[in-house]
Amino acid sequence: MDASRDIVIPKEFEFGSDDDVLVLESGRPFGPITVRYETYGTLDKAASNAVLLLHAFSGDAHAAGYLSGEESRPGWWDSMVGPGKPFDTDRYFVICSNVLGGCRGTTGPGSIDPASGAPYGLSFPVVTIGDMVNVQERLVTRLGIKRLLAVAGGSMGGMQALQWTVSYPARVASAIILATTARPSAQAIAFNAVGRNAIMSDPRWRGGAYYGHEPPARGLAIARMVGHITYLSDASMHAKFGRRLQERDEFGFDFSDQFEVESYLEYKGGTFVDRFDANSYIYLSKAIDYFDLEGKYGSLERAFANAVSKFLVVSYTSDWLYPSYQSKEIVVALMRQEKDVSYTEIDSPFGHDSFLIETERQGRMISSFLQTAQRGEEER
Amino acid sequence: MTDDRITNRFSYDEIARLVAPGSHVLDLGCGSGDLLDLLRRTRGVTGRGVDIQEEMIRACLEKGISVFQGDLDEGLKEYRSQSYDYVILNETLQMIHDPVYLMNEMLRVGKRVIVNFPNFGYVVNRLQLAWLGQMPVNRTLPYEWYDTPNIHFCTRRDFVRLCDSIGAIIEAAVDLRRNRRVAGIFANFAATDCCFVLRKQESRV
Repeated sequence: MDASRDIVIPKEFEFGSDDDVLVLESGRPFGPITVRYETYGTLDKAASNAVLLLHAFSGDAHAAGYLSGEESRPGWWDSMVGPGKPFDTDRYFVICSNVLGGCRGTTGPGSIDPASGAPYGLSFPVVTIGDMVNVQERLVTRLGIKRLLAVAGGSMGGMQALQWTVSYPARVASAIILATTARPSAQAIAFNAVGRNAIMSDPRWRGGAYYGHEPPARGLAIARMVGHITYLSDASMHAKFGRRLQERDEFGFDFSDQFEVESYLEYKGGTFVDRFDANSYIYLSKAIDYFDLEGKYGSLERAFANAVSKFLVVSYTSDWLYPSYQSKEIVVALMRQEKDVSYTEIDSPFGHDSFLIETERQGRMISSFLQTAQRGEEER
Repeated sequence: MTDDRITNRFSYDEIARLVAPGSHVLDLGCGSGDLLDLLRRTRGVTGRGVDIQEEMIRACLEKGISVFQGDLDEGLKEYRSQSYDYVILNETLQMIHDPVYLMNEMLRVGKRVIVNFPNFGYVVNRLQLAWLGQMPVNRTLPYEWYDTPNIHFCTRRDFVRLCDSIGAIIEAAVDLRRNRRVAGIFANFAATDCCFVLRKQESRV
């Protein structure tokens, strides 16, 4: 065991069993809900240094550090979260929770329905990005935090961060919005649809009631492969794989040939099924597809009309899943509403995944932005 | 106060004098945000910058200045008319592909426009062109013709003619020779840099 490692202890928070049920955006009351979360750093006396991280589609509450001395890799944003890092745990109290509908400790379709004693499966309600944020609001309130110094996230996490500034404007001093959109395009929805179809077409899916049986691993692996393609770019795939073959130099003119990119996708799909629930894939991808601030509020400008947070919006040139123009739409709507917003487009070849990779470049901006936000709070 | 005499840039203190306290400012081509920072500290302005380079965005954020990474050649179509007290274009006009389009956009978005540029009519430029027969390269125009961001040079007189033709009223002018003021009547000859405060002429109905 490596003694130098910061071991993080995940925590759980429960609510919604009695009169504090959560009313979902669909109108359905839902509870009880368990929330898995992790925290890093120390909450100051005034509870004014809290930063809420919002994870992306396949992320979880484990943003930084190690859960045990044996864990091979740290949390998903460990490069950004820690002492002296952009989300500096010497300055900020950083919180990350698993989303509603997920499968990494927070209540989701794989959780046991207390009414039936069996996993929810498809009887789990359809949840939205707004519902996820409402759950996070309960957690933040429970932690004694009236106002967050910042909410921050990329991709689906960016959607939640945007939703926070709209749902709870006075409780968010600043928002860091990376590689996201205020409404996924038809193209983005199409890829999610292929993923859901792959899962639902797997006979092992059994209409979602596969718990206690073999899970629809093949369907989920294919869904993940499709998803993974959308996270990369032409340039990054070319650099990483080119047209190289795995394990041979020439075509064998049979179907045992594999291009390196194929075996990589197989690998990514295969490892994903060990840590992800197929039904959560369906629910979370649907939540993304439903997300539409423009449709919900009539226009983006109207959506942000009551927002009072400072915004930092970052897009990446090679991200074709949520291209820069979609970030610019967010920025323009905020500017036209006279909101305090900064925007940068980082020239990066890593596609949608850039926000997980361009740590150094985005990190310096995020670090400055957070410090400005903190100064602003002190002067408030 | 910054000492602009040691650099080639147009005196920020002179620009600051042109800006009313407490106003709302849009700085186009804001660079590292030094001008906005000065205006914020000495004039109490609110505002934002626009620049095309990532390093400049980073530098602005380090100063706590809100900034948009964008290309001025795309214009200001996303900005509401008359939404800023001042739109500033500092030492950037000569780098713009379509300066007339941008000037009109600035006059639409800003109640006042502050614009400065190197005066191609400055006597040393004229002498280099006339006597040496070569493109001016000197302290205020330090670039060779083949390696310059400056694609649209004009003289002070050219600029005044442009203002007239697009219905921009000149409210004030500051003419500097290496950041010391020169008298208006000699300005097209003696100024290295010229700065104008403009507003849009009321449209005649």
